[in-house]
Amino acid sequence: MMDKKTATIDSRPETMNRPSSIVHRPSFVKATLAIVQKDLSAEFRSFELISAMLVFSLLVIIIFNFALELDVKVRQSVTSGVLWATFAFAGTLGLNRSMSVEKDRGCMDGLLLAPVDRSVIYFGKAISNLIFMLIVEAIVLPVYSLLYNVNLFRLDLLGVILLGSIGYAAVGTLLSTMSAQTRTREVLLPILLFPVAMPVLLASVKASGGLLAGVELSEVLMPINLLIVYDVIFIAIAFMVFDFVVEE
Amino acid sequence: MIEVKKLVKRFGLKTILRGLEFSVAPGEFVALLGPNGAGKTTFLRILATLSRPSLGNVMVAGYNLPHQAAQVRAKLGVVSHMPLLYPDLTAEENLRFYGRMYGIGNMEERITEVLEMVGLENRRKDLVRTFSRGMQQRLAIGRAVIHDPEVMLFDEPYTGLDQDASEMLDDVLRTVAAEGRTVVMTSHDLARAEELATRFDILSRGVITASATQKELKKTNLLSFYKQALADS
Repeated sequence: MMDKKTATIDSRPETMNRPSSIVHRPSFVKATLAIVQKDLSAEFRSFELISAMLVFSLLVIIIFNFALELDVKVRQSVTSGVLWATFAFAGTLGLNRSMSVEKDRGCMDGLLLAPVDRSVIYFGKAISNLIFMLIVEAIVLPVYSLLYNVNLFRLDLLGVILLGSIGYAAVGTLLSTMSAQTRTREVLLPILLFPVAMPVLLASVKASGGLLAGVELSEVLMPINLLIVYDVIFIAIAFMVFDFVVEE
Repeated sequence: MIEVKKLVKRFGLKTILRGLEFSVAPGEFVALLGPNGAGKTTFLRILATLSRPSLGNVMVAGYNLPHQAAQVRAKLGVVSHMPLLYPDLTAEENLRFYGRMYGIGNMEERITEVLEMVGLENRRKDLVRTFSRGMQQRLAIGRAVIHDPEVMLFDEPYTGLDQDASEMLDDVLRTVAAEGRTVVMTSHDLARAEELATRFDILSRGVITASATQKELKKTNLLSFYKQALADS
């Protein structure tokens, strides 16, 4: 369904057919990648979004490090909570910024005018947001490991962080598109996002905490499965409702 | 090329367009004039598929709205007072992005062609945020014609432009229209509209209250026609 090319037959009256054949409606994947590439190019030139997320994240983990004066045991038990609180708040900063770039200069209209399925815009923006979150997480994790003396570079834990980030970016992109159309978007997004993303955050904290405590993988399968289910549900819902969210 | 019958648009309890009737023949350049709040932008957003009609029938380039919106969008170029460009991308990167969204073949050739048309070929590698308002607006027209649309919609394209930039935009608009495109433009600049358009429609209180072609206007001028139309409505 997604890769259908347009080779559609022009059924209009002949007088309407101006001799122009430079347009071939792009495939779903190509249009999505165009949005992702555009976002990455703009961000790697300005670093406005990533630097804001990164500075915020580093400040949070440093403040926790000084404020809690943790011993080794406590450090391990609070790691998952501190990490996911940091990722969630930093993610909100990024989501807000990513959508306001589109809204402020009318670029959202430019995207909506393209002859593609509107869910292309959702997937393009969600993938960009996910990449920005993963970049910030990739820098925060080693810093956290150093400050808290906890080894976070384990495949199973990285897998959980990836699943949690996918869910957060999926629901966050949808809600930031809604909030971007309001005057109070900076305030509105966290108010809308945190209750809705709570299942993803809770499952992520539970799964990460379990893995860091050294329990068997089978014992944290429940939250991991929940994460996978939430990711699929959020992506499916966003795919179905995005058209209505951007409609005027 | 554009056929609108009994168009109604409501936002909640407020009715903006009240049974509007409008049609444009292929190749025509129509200036849509009217006071602030008359519904010009709302009407253009419906033609541009950015807003849904509440009631009525809208056909653009032979396709029905809102059901065939994607087909309409492929035939449509839209320029508003906002440039719809990304400031952290260069001129050619912006055009390449929109070109990819429209699935254009021979991309580099087309980008060069469009940049030459809007007189920005020497600034192709410059970031859009370094452009003046006039240059941004010319690039916005380049963005809107990148896919060689049949119908062009201009919503107050002269907003915020100085005299020189407006004259440059005139030339670009003439080039766009000379290529056989159908053009609908809203504007408050009656002198510019009078020079460019082949027909003038006055939109007031959600309906077209008067219409005249350039030939019909020879006996009077656009300003008198505009004032008379508003007084009669």
